[in-house]
Amino acid sequence: MTFTRRNILALGAGTVAAASFGALPAMASLTEDQIAAFTGGADVIEGGIELTAPEIAENGNTVPVGVTAQGAASILVLATGNPNPAVATFNFGKLNPSQSASTRIRLAKTQDVVAVAKMQDGTFRQVSATVKVTIGGCGG
Amino acid sequence: MASGVKPRVKVPKSAAAGETITIKTLISHKMESGQRKDGDGNLIPRSIINRFTCDFNGENVIDVTVDPAVSTNPYFEFEAIVPEAGEFAFTWYDDDGSVYETTKAITIG
Repeated sequence: MTFTRRNILALGAGTVAAASFGALPAMASLTEDQIAAFTGGADVIEGGIELTAPEIAENGNTVPVGVTAQGAASILVLATGNPNPAVATFNFGKLNPSQSASTRIRLAKTQDVVAVAKMQDGTFRQVSATVKVTIGGCGG
Repeated sequence: MASGVKPRVKVPKSAAAGETITIKTLISHKMESGQRKDGDGNLIPRSIINRFTCDFNGENVIDVTVDPAVSTNPYFEFEAIVPEAGEFAFTWYDDDGSVYETTKAITIG
């Protein structure tokens, strides 16, 4: 096969496509691994937990997010598109009435933010929200 | 990062017994994520606050495990019940082993 300009371009496009397909499942599985580690493989139900996050974040360095889950023992927050998806785990004590907390997080790019709550009865609840990020916040 | 770390906490001075109050905390810390590189392309080592706790008279209110994705100057806002007069104790744990503490007293009335 002779390397014409057309061949090389096609080859390049194919490699890029393969690389990006390769990266996506890796990211997803990191998040899934973290959720599995948190839940111990138990079933996760959608809903029953609230995640407050902006639709568009201009600056990925500080994105305000809040989580609330009535009756939760702890809440895990994950950013699926970050190099390391773990963000924070909130463990609520006896003197916390509403099981809610908010903080500011870094997001590398536009992505889904996922919150998983471990309820006091041992079940797990999950919610996710997409945040569009204009300027990423992980440096580089 | 033992220098320039200053915890700031906002707690009402007084509350009714059993009332729910909102607490806001912030600590100045650069929260180096371990992902960034310096001018020569060397990775800057991770240096973050990895845990934050709040207790009231020895009873836990919240215990947060913090990962590098929490922003510079980590800020936490949460609610607490005040069953009696007492003291809120806030503790931040640094990667380098430092522990930063502050307390706020609250009265009933």
